[in-house]
Amino acid sequence: MATGMNAALLLLADGRFPSGGHAHSAGAEPAVGVGDINDQASLREFVLGRLQTNGLVDAAFAAAVCARCAGDGIVPWSQLEAEYLARTGSPRLRTASRTLGRQLLRGGQRAFPSARAEEAVAALGTSIPQPIVMGIIAAAAGCAAAEAALCELHHLVGSLTSAGVRLLGLDPFEIAAFGAALVPELERLAALAATTADVDPAELPADVALLNDVLAEHHSTWEVRLFAS
Amino acid sequence: MALVAALCRLLAERVSMVVVTNDIFTTEDAEALRRMAVLADDRIVAVETGACPHTAIRDDISANLDALEQLEAAHPGVELSLLESGGDNLTAIFSRALVDQQVFVIDVAGGDKVPRKGGPGVTTADLLVINKTDLAPLVHADLSVMDRDARARRGELPIAFTSLVQPDGATAVAEWVLARLAAWR
Repeated sequence: MATGMNAALLLLADGRFPSGGHAHSAGAEPAVGVGDINDQASLREFVLGRLQTNGLVDAAFAAAVCARCAGDGIVPWSQLEAEYLARTGSPRLRTASRTLGRQLLRGGQRAFPSARAEEAVAALGTSIPQPIVMGIIAAAAGCAAAEAALCELHHLVGSLTSAGVRLLGLDPFEIAAFGAALVPELERLAALAATTADVDPAELPADVALLNDVLAEHHSTWEVRLFAS
Repeated sequence: MALVAALCRLLAERVSMVVVTNDIFTTEDAEALRRMAVLADDRIVAVETGACPHTAIRDDISANLDALEQLEAAHPGVELSLLESGGDNLTAIFSRALVDQQVFVIDVAGGDKVPRKGGPGVTTADLLVINKTDLAPLVHADLSVMDRDARARRGELPIAFTSLVQPDGATAVAEWVLARLAAWR
């Protein structure tokens, strides 16, 4: 691309792209509930921790799927899904990821239809974990593996920080400045995620934060929740 | 929500129905409908809206389409899907990609100025319901003003005045729904 910029990536990264993500806090709501997040500083620590754990795992899956979809080879759909689920212990989080994947697939397939998406649905049905769908749609949109990873990380930060704004009334300008300060870290993690794009799916990063699974299960028992997950 | 419950009571034996609720606080409305036993539990689904039901019915309808498709797949032959969202917001409107017909409900207790204020729901909804007419004297609301202003905003589009605390309070709305259903068929 002559400009070095990718307008399709901006579209996929836009929170207004219809994929149902606005109803999910990516674990921020349960963390607020138990007091792990209670102000800007604790949100910052939480985001940094999630980026390096589940954030990197999700980004690596998105990158791996994107790279495979862009290539000519056979994509091991069932193995990719099984490996992702092995890294998602909480049944509640599995359901949330499948729901978000199905919803992203709807808008993504409409915007960027592809044979790879049809192939994935034939193999896995429509309830595919979200990072795998991100990889499929990003590839169809012409994005590179690192861009798919970056998009995944960007949405994680957006979900966590906008939940902080809605739940705690945090200063949105502080949040924007925090997002800007995170740019080097997001770019570093996206590049790191892309380095494993070609490995056997079993070898993809698995450094998940188990507390995230525990809190997701806890959250599902709350009588009053603002967010679906 | 009261209107959805009343419609279920009036229509569930005549047409195969499902309900999707959109709530600020997750599943409150769906659970209330289940407690009232107006429909089988598995015909009612709550969409969780992340504190923003207006987004879920207008800007990003993914979760609602998803819920409707799953309900309709689980209950083949569904004839009527009611998709409910609350939230007292005159700017709220359902996406045309989500619903075939839209009913906008306003509350007499909100004041008789509401139809005059307009907004896309009041102006363009396929049916405007002005509910809680029984409260008009208590809040000094003039129903004739509401009727006049609503007609000025809506032209020929229909308006129904209801008091859902009456046993047959939703009859006019139920008849409108059946007429729309007949026209669709």
